[in-house]
Parts: sequence; structure tokens; C-alpha cells
Amino acid sequence: MKSILIVEDSATTRSLIRAVVEEAGEFETVEASTGFEALKQLPARNFDLIITDINMPDINGLELINFVKTDSRYQGIPMIIISTEKSDEDRKRGIAMGASAYITKPFKAKALQETINKVLTA
Amino acid sequence: MKSSDREFIAEAEDILNEAGRLLIEIQEGGPKPDGVNAIFRAFHTLKGLSGLFGHKGITDLSHALESILDDLRLGKIAFSDRLVEFLFGKLDNVRGAIELVKNGGEPDTAADLDEIESFRKGLSGPVSTQSLEGLLDETILKVLSEYEEHRLKTNISEGKGIYFLRKVFDIGEFDRSLENVMKEVKGMGELISTLPTSEGVQPGNIGFNLLFSCPKPFEELSEYFGEALEELVKPRTVEAKPVSISLKSASTAVRVDIEKLDRILNTIGELTLTKSAVKRVADEMRETLGHSALVLDVYKINQSLERRLLELQSQVLEIRMVPIGQIFGRLQQVIKRYCKEAGKHIDLAMYGEETELDKYLAEQVIDPLVHIVRNAIDHGIESAEERARAGKKEEGSIVLKAFQRGNHVVIEVRDDGRGIDFERVMRKAVEKGMVEKGAVLQKREMLEILFTPGFSTKESVSEVSGRGVGLDIVRDKLSGMGGFHDIETELGMGTTFSVTLPITLAVIKSLVVRVGDERFGIPLTSISETQAINVPDLQSIEGRKVYNLREEMLPVTSLSEVFQFEADKSDRSFIVVVGFGERRIGLLVDELFGQQEIVIKSLGDYLRSVKGFAGAAEIGRHDVILVLDVESIIEESLRQKGNLHV
Repeated sequence: MKSILIVEDSATTRSLIRAVVEEAGEFETVEASTGFEALKQLPARNFDLIITDINMPDINGLELINFVKTDSRYQGIPMIIISTEKSDEDRKRGIAMGASAYITKPFKAKALQETINKVLTA
Repeated sequence: MKSSDREFIAEAEDILNEAGRLLIEIQEGGPKPDGVNAIFRAFHTLKGLSGLFGHKGITDLSHALESILDDLRLGKIAFSDRLVEFLFGKLDNVRGAIELVKNGGEPDTAADLDEIESFRKGLSGPVSTQSLEGLLDETILKVLSEYEEHRLKTNISEGKGIYFLRKVFDIGEFDRSLENVMKEVKGMGELISTLPTSEGVQPGNIGFNLLFSCPKPFEELSEYFGEALEELVKPRTVEAKPVSISLKSASTAVRVDIEKLDRILNTIGELTLTKSAVKRVADEMRETLGHSALVLDVYKINQSLERRLLELQSQVLEIRMVPIGQIFGRLQQVIKRYCKEAGKHIDLAMYGEETELDKYLAEQVIDPLVHIVRNAIDHGIESAEERARAGKKEEGSIVLKAFQRGNHVVIEVRDDGRGIDFERVMRKAVEKGMVEKGAVLQKREMLEILFTPGFSTKESVSEVSGRGVGLDIVRDKLSGMGGFHDIETELGMGTTFSVTLPITLAVIKSLVVRVGDERFGIPLTSISETQAINVPDLQSIEGRKVYNLREEMLPVTSLSEVFQFEADKSDRSFIVVVGFGERRIGLLVDELFGQQEIVIKSLGDYLRSVKGFAGAAEIGRHDVILVLDVESIIEESLRQKGNLHV
């Protein structure tokens, strides 16, 4: 079973993303409410995908993307950014750092599910 | 309401409360970048959240507010009191919109949006023009967010130095160590970015590159941080911009971190111990050398040392004092907002704002006071109609009053509302199985019920009183500060909730007592008297010990029973009477050793859950005693079945 790490500081949004992800297919999901938590989760298992918000306390999504994409152990894991349109500039930076896709909040369940499948089969 | 809406509302309310708290913080302390960024994030999160749940009105409103805050954090508009006031007002409107959703409606926020738009047009401010080209390495710049980049530019244009600190930690437990480093860095300047990295790091570890600004030169910082520090941009002196003449610049006042004062007090505390050691040496010298001139000299020097130390101590304690008006100011805002939420009109009066209290305690007592004030507005003050029916003025009244009583400060919150309905309290207590049906309780015992975890007379959780925080938490918090509460209430007339706190916690006088082989400290501020007694004189009423103290039956608690160890088997014993008014008990101890000044040290996280102790203190010759948390022992003692049983 493929496993997906969901990094998002809003508990409600996180559980919503989780529900959408689990509906998309047979996925095992792991949640992290902060960037720090995500860093701790990374070595624990081989993730197939990371979905992350940008605006978070402690370290932000861009810093997390940079970490993943510069570490030889993790750099192959595709990443999807889910963020609001306010951070357009930041989203561009995320893609430049190696994120595979971005989804704008509020997102449609179907759009996220399609993006997940596309990114995983690429 | 859908269950998902419930989740949305709960999180949205949390976000708004946090935003309100942060707004108060920047209103009082100025626009600190971290604070402004946190408020921006709050509205940003709310926008995303409400969008996901399809509440378009709230999404648009939070988007508009987020944009203003984004401009503020990116330095595109200037900070002003007017802006903060505006944000406070709009925050209330967002609350209103959420309330509407809660009741099944869908808010129309078009008017708000227009107002925000036109307000925003009237704002302008400096835009940072600092270029980063050539100053910093591209690999650092490319991972910064737009906000971080802006902070970097601002700091450079202000002449601050930019530094890079590299730290490596174990991956399993990096967060605590990293948080400590972040705290140190924030104490010296502004932390701009915390970038995790695995470059050049052993497996099992994780590295962090902290980018921060600080006005201090590299040499000074590297003494502190060592080789892990790298200088990216040198600090320079920036010619001060001409500012309008301000009276503040003529002030000789300096702001000092309270932790620095704590350190000074700790040093004084340790000097006090050294002084006691000198006295002990003098005593020993007198025994071997008699009253020789040398011995008398040592005594004199020691006395002079003692006087100077006391002076020093009282001067430092004086610096820590702040007028209670500071707390009242914050409460006033809270009251204004809650009244608006609850739709009640309240006339607020404040007395004794000049009364002084230790800064640390002043900060700690705010939360309990906010809770008490919320209770007064929500449960105490009746609606205008109900008040009119009862022949009262339509406007309710809340009086905040502070005054000094001995070594304590008393803060009262008095309302002229409906008072506590004891019949209702009893009904609810019986329903919840806290009291047997038909039981007759004294007023004091019924008031105790209000402080039992999980007790509430409200059928549903109220908007204003907030969720899940009961009076038990207020009591625990006060007790942690060495304080206690008292309630006076009359049905139909109102309730006065008073909070009594020691003026300072830093250095206290305590009575050292012995029970069996153990010694304990009891803060003198909690003691009203001590008495030598004959143990057989103790009587037993309904299964608990009491002592006839001048015709008053005083409940007696044996410390050896509380902490479960052996006491002396002697017939002679002592009771230490602690507490005030109806909440007095006698503590049974074997021996009294006398008074001593102590500096209480916390027991640390590991022992935090151990009840009954306020901390530990050193009392000469490296002896350590535990200091009793008298309030929690009284509480425990009064709560015991033997006492509440009727």
C-alpha cells in the first residue's frame, strides 16, 4: 500500500485532506501538524507522496520542500503543495524547488484526487 | 448543524480568539514582526478553512483582512493605532458572521468588504527598497518565502548584522534542543528563517541553518555561539532618521527582561545563604575563641552584610513591581468585547489601579481574572429585560478593585447581577452525583462544589464563558501562585469574587517545621498562628480531627498522614494554623524550627504532578527542604469525604 504524508497545521483541513486522499485509493495516510513533526516522520517509513501546506508555524512548507529535495534519501518523493492563492509568489518558489504540483485552497476533492493519481503514476 | 460545520466553527473560534489575543499584544507592545505575521497567518488559515467549508462570506472577509495584514507584514503599509482599532472592529464582525453560520444562516459580508477596501485605499507606507543582490548567496535566497525575504531586507536596511548559525541534533529529539536555540537567537535579534538540512550530517541526525539578524558584531556573538556561527552581512551604524521630538526620548527609564531580574534575585538568594554560612562560622569561632575582638568583628561585618543584602533585595523587588492598572486596562478591553458578544450593557468602574504587584504574578493572574470577568458577564449580569423586571438599572455594573492587605494584594471583581443560586447549585450537584439527595450543606461547602472539575450550572456551554475551562482551573492557577480566592454572593444582589495574591513570589519568609524525619517550609504569608498542643486534646468529629482553638472547632490535618510517613509518637505536638476566614485548618507537626528567608526553586517537569508542594529551597549547609503548597493541602483537606459528608 502506498503511503502519504499530510502536513497541515489546521486540524480540520488536515482531516478533510485525509478523507479526500483515502477516498482516492488504497492509501495509508500519516498526518503532521507542523513542519517539525513532518521532519520526525520522514525517516520512519518510505513515503510515496508528501502533501504540504506552505504557511505553517515553526518551519514553513518551502523549507520542508527544500529539505526533502536536497536530501538524497528523500528527494525522489513527489510533493504536492496545497495552499491559498494569496501565496502566489511562494507557490512559484515551491515549484522551482522541485514540488510536482500545487492545488489552490479551497480545493475540489476531485481535483486533488486526480493530481495525486497523476503525480504517483508519473 | 452538520457535524463538519461544528468542527469548522470550533476551529474558527480558536483562530479568532488567538487573533484577538495577538491584536491586544501588538496594540500594547507595538508591531513586532512575529506578532504581525502570526495575525496574518490566523486570517490566512481562516480563509482557507472557510473556503473548504463553502462559507463564501467569511472567506471573502478573511481574505480582505489577510490582504491588509499581508501589506503590513511586508512593510507596504505603516502600523498605526487606527489600523489596530479597525482590525478589532472587523474581528468582531467575523465573529458575528461565524455566529450566524452557527445558527444556520449564511452571512452577507459585502458591506464589510466595501468598508475594508476603502480603508485600505487610505493606507500607505514605506516600501523596502533594499536590494539583496551580491549581499547573500543565491542558495540561501532561493529558499526564503516572500515574507522572510522582506524581513531580511528590512533588517539589512536597518543596519543589523545577518548571521547564519548551523546546529546539528539527533533526529528523534531535535525539537526541544532546537527550540532552546531558537529562543536564544530570538533573545538577541530576529530569527528570519529556520532551514532544515541533511547536507554533511551523519545519518540519524538533522541539521538546521538558522538565518537571523542582530545588531551585535560577529566577535561578540561568536563568543556565545562558537564556530557554528557565520557572518553574512556586517552590522553597521545607520544614521538615525530624524524623528519628531518625543517626550519619551527624555525619559531615563530602561526596559529590562524580567528574567534578568530573576537572575539577580537568585544571586541575592545565594548570597543570603553565604551570609548564613559566615554567621555559622562566627558562632563556631565564638564557642572556641570566646568573645574576642576578632569574633565581634566578624559579627559586625555579618550584620552590615545582612542590612545591605536586605536593601538590595527590596530594591530589586521594587523594580519588579507594576501597577495593577496595566491588568485592568487589558481586562477593560476583554469586557468591552464580551459585552458586545453577549449583547449586554455594562458600566465598568475601576479603583486602586495604582496598587502594585510583582510583574510575574501580574502576567499570571490575567487568565484567571479574564475567566472570572467572563463568568460575571455571562452568568452574573442579567439581560436588560430581566434587570428591568427586578427593578434594577438596565445597565449592569462591574467593579474592578485592587488594594493591598499586609503582604498581599487583593483584586476584586464585583457585579450587581443575579448572584449565585444555591438551590440550583445543589440540584445540579445531586444530579451529577456529587452530593447525596437531601444533604444539608453550609454555604462554604456549596461554594466548594462550584470548583469541582466538571461542574457547571449552565445547561449548554456558553459562548462568552468559553469552552472547557472551569473554576477548578482558576483555583489551581491561583494556588500555583501562592494565592487563593473568596466569593461573597447574595441572590438577586450580585457576586464579589476576590483574588488574593502574595505581593511577590521571588523571596519569601517561611517557617521551617519537622514531621518525623522530614523538614518542610511553610510560607509565612499563609500562616496566621502556631500553637503548642497536647495531642490527647484533639477531638474527633464525624471521623476527622478537630482542635478547640479558643472555642472554634479548627479542622486539623496531620502532615504525616497527608504524605504517609511516621511522625513522632509524643503527646506534645504543634499545630500551624494556615489559611484565612472559613478556609482555615491546622497542620499537625512535631517541631517548629523558626523563620528563614528562602528562594523557592521549581521542582522541575519530572515532579510537576506531585501535589502539595510549591517547590524546594536550600537552607544552609546544602540542606534542601520541600516547601508546602498550603492552598492545595487546604483544598485536599476540605474536600475529603470526612469533611464534606453530611
